Amino acid sequence: MEYFDFPSAIVSMIRSAPVLMFAALAGLFAERSGVVDLGLEGKILASAFVSAAVGYTTQNPWLGVAAGVAVSVAIAMVQAFVSITQKGNQLVAGIAINIAMSGLTFVVAQYIFQQGGRTPDLGAARLSGIEFIGTEALADVPFLGWFWGKVLGGHSALVYLAFLLVPVVHWVVYHSRFGLRLRACGENPHAADAAGVSVERTRYLAMLIAGVLCSFSGAYLSIVQSGFFLRDMSAGAGYLALTALVFGNWRPLHTVLGCLMFGFFTAVQIQLEGKEFPVIGAIPGSLIQMIPYVVTVIVLAGLMAKSVAPKAVGKPFVKSR
Amino acid sequence: MKTTELPRWATGFVLPVLNLLSALLVAALVIHLLGESPVESMKILIDSAVVNPEGLGYTLFYASTFIFTGLAVSIAMKAGLFNIGAEGQMYFGGLGLTLAVLAFDATLSPWLLIPLAMLGSAVFGALWAFLPGYLQAKRGSHVVVTTIMFNFIAANLMNFIIVKALLPEGEQNPASRVFTDAAALPTLNAWFPVFGDSPLNIGFPIAILALVIYGVMVSRSSWGYQLRATGLNQHAAHYAGVRISRMIIVAMLISGALAGLAAVNSIMGSTHYLSLNFPAGAGFVGIAIALMGRQHPVGIFLSSVLFGALIQGGFDLSLEKPNIPVETFIFIQGLIILFCGAMENFYAKPLLKLINATRKG
Repeated sequence: MEYFDFPSAIVSMIRSAPVLMFAALAGLFAERSGVVDLGLEGKILASAFVSAAVGYTTQNPWLGVAAGVAVSVAIAMVQAFVSITQKGNQLVAGIAINIAMSGLTFVVAQYIFQQGGRTPDLGAARLSGIEFIGTEALADVPFLGWFWGKVLGGHSALVYLAFLLVPVVHWVVYHSRFGLRLRACGENPHAADAAGVSVERTRYLAMLIAGVLCSFSGAYLSIVQSGFFLRDMSAGAGYLALTALVFGNWRPLHTVLGCLMFGFFTAVQIQLEGKEFPVIGAIPGSLIQMIPYVVTVIVLAGLMAKSVAPKAVGKPFVKSR
Repeated sequence: MKTTELPRWATGFVLPVLNLLSALLVAALVIHLLGESPVESMKILIDSAVVNPEGLGYTLFYASTFIFTGLAVSIAMKAGLFNIGAEGQMYFGGLGLTLAVLAFDATLSPWLLIPLAMLGSAVFGALWAFLPGYLQAKRGSHVVVTTIMFNFIAANLMNFIIVKALLPEGEQNPASRVFTDAAALPTLNAWFPVFGDSPLNIGFPIAILALVIYGVMVSRSSWGYQLRATGLNQHAAHYAGVRISRMIIVAMLISGALAGLAAVNSIMGSTHYLSLNFPAGAGFVGIAIALMGRQHPVGIFLSSVLFGALIQGGFDLSLEKPNIPVETFIFIQGLIILFCGAMENFYAKPLLKLINATRKG
């Protein structure tokens, strides 16, 4: 097909999915423990800015990533304090964090760099792709050259981390002691409490993990994908990650499939932008961008599959006496 | 007498004020870190948003929009629904209004055109809220997630509609054509010249009227009783004979209609054309207003004025102090939502102790 370059769409899917994957897996820990994480967006944004700012200032991307982790964890702890200790409205806390971070990142970026709320280009401090051995030798071999050089190789370390995390998270959630407690706190916190599990501690720990995972999403966005921080650059990625979570029924493998699907749609949208088709003409990018959301609503309506959230999600745990 | 529950004046007034002060304290700290004086900034803000009559006009103009989005979120909250979709509903309300105006602004007089446009905005807003309400009522799809999706769908769909269908020929700026004067809401400075050039218009008294109707409907009518019963305890309400799924759908329709009506003030009262992303977060501010105002008409009014003042004062402040850009107030909005919405009971325990201590002595 001349309209659509499938191999390059696959490659761009692999490159754009990690933003969603990190955030969705972060959301998975939070929500499986019973805390709604609507604040993914704000944490992504904060981490994207801090990673870029520190990465640029120190000219070391890894210091940037570390700083991003620190700030994202700090926000996650505020969120945990409000949601768990204060038993506040978790949805509101998340939205508040998103709005606050959208403003604060711009203000601080503008104050420090004076470039209209942007950070300078990271240049050499950007994380670059890892080229596999033998890429050049295979470059001209059909399929294999593409598969070895572009699908498997050529990505930055964070991409590999994202994909490695999938089986790890699956194992932690379903086969570890912590995972059992995590799921118990999200499904039936009173039973977990009766069994001697500290619901508060488990939820705090889950939020801590969520903070760390979510920060990679932001760092990936600024240090790998664009090479700078831009105002509101997360552009709904946090919400889309949540969508993938709903889509995947709060299960790690399915959620990641959802993320890959969204990544694929992004690639398709970029490729089809402005291309003229026979009969229907050009398909506007805005309509293609809509597809993941429409699909999710259909899933939510139970027409494709029934999505079942953890039972206690969003409900503050009040120990019964 | 010791009490275990806070009196109404404490939950309704003291707690929100304490929460607001905490948010402003954090904001002051940030302003201090940016190298500006918080006290001086506060003075500029109050001067330009409240003391100066023209500034007050702007404050009340913004507040009129926020009253509608605040009411939209509030009425859904009364039914136990968290409508995050006011933003998308307002956006679609703007489309309904624009279609009505574009079709008739050359032929109808303002007396017919303005009500028609309002009807258009309310109907389109309600339509955009219908599906999330229906899916919640009939299929149990959580309204929070669906309304978030619908915000994104609205943003993309409106982008498409404006560019494809409403863009005047030869124009680059993604917006509809400018309305004729028949569609402009009469401004209040014709009667009260003190408001100067501010766009304050009849949208403000209409918003006040909406607050009164909301108050009467929710607190005084039997329908309002059923609505609140649904929000407090669905099972109990169901056994008492309330048709829950119908109640949910109707509450979402009214919520959407109110959010749609918010577009009237901001489009017909000021810009006079439909532009890309015109709600500019007003739907999300509505969430803050509903929470801070505790879904009470007076509370909604006061918090709408507060947010209006923050926008107006913030704009002027950013002109005088380049280190405090307008975005600072997006941050402050987030803080206010955090303190007044999610941490609303942060001071409840100490306050209770204090009350008990004074009563003993």
